[in-house]
Amino acid sequence: MVTYTFLAVFLCLMGYVTYFEFALSEQFINNPYNKRQELFTQKVIRGEIYSADGVTLAETIVDAEENEVRRYPCARIFSHIVGYSGHGTAGLEATANFSLLRSNIFYGEKVVSDLQGEKSPGDSVYTTLNYELQLQAFDALGHYDGAVVVLEPQTGRLLAMVSKPDFDPNTIGEDWEELVDEDNDRSELLNRATQGRYPPGSTFKIFTTLEYLREHPEDYTDYRFSCSGEYTEGHKTIHCYNNARHGSEDLKEAFANSCNSAYSSIGLELDLAQFHAMCESMLFDTDLPVAIESSKSSFVLEEGADTSAVMETAIGQGQTLVTPLHVALITGAIANDGVLMSPYVIDHVSDDRGVLVEQYTGKEYGRLMSSEEAAVLKEYMGYVIEAGTGRQLSNDRYEVYGKTGSAEFSTSSKASHSWFTGFAHQDGKPDIVVTVIVEDSGVGSEYAVPIAQEIFDAYYIE
Amino acid sequence: MTNLIVELTKYLMIFFFALYTYEGFSAFRAKLSEKKRSRIYHRQLLLMYLIHLSAYLAVYAVTEDVKMVLFYLFQVLFTVIVMSCYHLLYENGSKLLVNHMCMLLLIGFIILTRLSFEDAVRQYVIAAGAFVLTLPVPYLVRSVGFMRRLTWLYAAVGLLGLLAVQLFGATSHGAKLSLKIAGISFQPSEFIKLVFVFFVACMLYERTDFLRVCLATAVAAAHVLILVLSRDLGGALIFFITYVVMLYVATKQLFYFAGGLLSGSIAAVIAYNLFSHVQIRVLAWRDPLSVIDNEGYQISQSLFAIGTGGWFGMGLYQGMPNRIPVVKEDFIFSAIAEELGGIFALCLLMVCMCCFFLFLNMAMQMKDQFYKLIALGLGVVYGFQVFLTVGGVTRFIPSTGVTLPLVSYGGSSLLASMMMFAIVQGLYVMRQDEGNADGSKNKKTGAKEKRKSGKTGFDSQVEKIS
Repeated sequence: MVTYTFLAVFLCLMGYVTYFEFALSEQFINNPYNKRQELFTQKVIRGEIYSADGVTLAETIVDAEENEVRRYPCARIFSHIVGYSGHGTAGLEATANFSLLRSNIFYGEKVVSDLQGEKSPGDSVYTTLNYELQLQAFDALGHYDGAVVVLEPQTGRLLAMVSKPDFDPNTIGEDWEELVDEDNDRSELLNRATQGRYPPGSTFKIFTTLEYLREHPEDYTDYRFSCSGEYTEGHKTIHCYNNARHGSEDLKEAFANSCNSAYSSIGLELDLAQFHAMCESMLFDTDLPVAIESSKSSFVLEEGADTSAVMETAIGQGQTLVTPLHVALITGAIANDGVLMSPYVIDHVSDDRGVLVEQYTGKEYGRLMSSEEAAVLKEYMGYVIEAGTGRQLSNDRYEVYGKTGSAEFSTSSKASHSWFTGFAHQDGKPDIVVTVIVEDSGVGSEYAVPIAQEIFDAYYIE
Repeated sequence: MTNLIVELTKYLMIFFFALYTYEGFSAFRAKLSEKKRSRIYHRQLLLMYLIHLSAYLAVYAVTEDVKMVLFYLFQVLFTVIVMSCYHLLYENGSKLLVNHMCMLLLIGFIILTRLSFEDAVRQYVIAAGAFVLTLPVPYLVRSVGFMRRLTWLYAAVGLLGLLAVQLFGATSHGAKLSLKIAGISFQPSEFIKLVFVFFVACMLYERTDFLRVCLATAVAAAHVLILVLSRDLGGALIFFITYVVMLYVATKQLFYFAGGLLSGSIAAVIAYNLFSHVQIRVLAWRDPLSVIDNEGYQISQSLFAIGTGGWFGMGLYQGMPNRIPVVKEDFIFSAIAEELGGIFALCLLMVCMCCFFLFLNMAMQMKDQFYKLIALGLGVVYGFQVFLTVGGVTRFIPSTGVTLPLVSYGGSSLLASMMMFAIVQGLYVMRQDEGNADGSKNKKTGAKEKRKSGKTGFDSQVEKIS
């Protein structure tokens, strides 16, 4: 019996080691802490990175003296998502480092180049990124700081990701000192789309609404609120934007009007423990399921929080912070009947001759909300475009669903970040989610919405 | 050119070692003629030298250092002497076990040469000394009859030795392991493992009444407790499991086995809640990458090494095994997996398993309960230690920091492991004597064994000898 027990234990161990080599090793090999990747640079010329529509995003040029230079033909347009390699690595250059440094060419060829002391060409990475959309988003954001995320909610394919201020990856070496200088408060290297943490403003009303739906599954349609332009509880008064009086409204209208008064009063009714748990299940305080560097969004509202904190949090002010990618993912889950697809950027890896090495496909992250809840939120977001703060997106070419927001980020000034998150549908084309944040601008409908519109138009019309 | 040699020898080594491993298991087959069996051993020997030669070809190609050639020749000489001595002095010993011992030693030399030439030379000198010291052991095992009467001497040596480490030992990597006497530092617990097996065998081979079991358990628990206090978790686990298994086999009562495991699990939970260093190990095991800057650094580096090496390895000198802390001792398996490849490492694990089965096979064959328990105890010490180290570095279980016997760097570990192999070798020789002593009885047991061997397959070899 002892023999068999030990035999079983050893077989388990061998099985595990086999499983590790087959399945688990990739995640460890690819870890940026793994200095062994440097070993590959001695044998392999770093591979290329392409957009989904065939534009070269990164390539290595070898001159006559065999000096290698990494070149980025699109320069700043893809600066954060493609990243850089040279001064350390970032973006895709970091996450796909191992693929780019691996050569899957025919073994005989490798032996020949080994014999001649030549390097083998690395594999190429084909991304899901769409050059046209990225360019459109990059131009539309213009000289503003902020971020744009575009993705397909049904697959998780990331189509565009822009962050500004940006940098030129071609000259990262020369610019390095300046970029990391202590007095430089622009943080150009930060990918705001995944690492920027912003107050969500009124986009957060999506979460507040969802919590209200969960606490009133039967009678949420009976909700009524009479808005007088402001709402006071205790010592705290919340104003609607421009003190606008929305009058008598139901939940859908309050959502479409982005009525702060109604939502701060809803906040006071909510079960805070449940609210907190719901937000945690919506990826707050959680690592986002994405391979590139990202920050966690944070939801700070404990049971027993004071009235003013509850009222502010319910309308997306307070201490809550979100990343644009997080907002885009939640929007995507609503568009996809409540199921979140994990976002991905690498479509496939091929060797130097174009032979497929590895194909990636969308993976389900899980269900974030029931399809009924998703349907209600979708209906409400549709009404935002139809009769609310997003009216200018209304058109007859494609259907739009969205939510605007303006987040005050400073107590001293009236300046605010402008938000839009939404998705659009047109028969015959995959839906897309567009999330836009324009820093230090103004209301969402004035700054973020037009940017989203340009992207939707570029995708659906041109 | 260097590249080509390194690459080529890498694949050759994997191929040869896979064949070697296959031969090792095929020697277990039930129906093998003496001739065929001896052919297997010779083929293994040839493969062993081929692996060794390939490795040093690569070593020389990279370093272009004549020292390496010299060192290689010295190792060949050593292996030839070991083989000849065992074959001449102990004609009826297990040739398979000698082959495996040499193979494991040579793999150790190869990877240590790559990691640090000076340490490899040191290891070589210790191995040579250990060989001289342990050569008479099989003879002694056979001829010294009073071994089974030294029960309390074993207990005293064991407990005092462990206590001395706990009180005067030097701390390394958070655990007190070694004593320094006259400038030489050594790890008593490596030897006390063997003494402990002898103690338990002495206690339980005649009587297993409740009082006797209680007494044995109390002494065993004292061993484990001192080790836990010295923070030598791996050591404590090995002693514990060895005792539980030996107790079970001696008493044949599942109750003791289940009770032992249960109390062990409870003790583990208590230890987890009581000691922060246990929690750290478990944390580093569950998610090493999340604590990579501190607790998880070592295990992460180990997994990077194994992962990047892949199935075929990076080739000798082509990886970065020295980035793993304590690579020469506790993490030697990762270094082997990184540079010689996952297949090679798996074969290595199988060769270790082969040794373990040879130990247990001996336990099944011995009629004298005392020797039976000795063989069993040593087998469990060996097998469980292999499991702990390989499981630990591959993140199958939390890392406990134990060495891979015969392969890892370290004098105490090496000497103790060679002693262990020599004792089992002695049992093999004795088993043969037992067979010769009473020919009439042999027929009966022979028939009995044949029936058994149909089931396990491992008995056949000894059956052949007897």
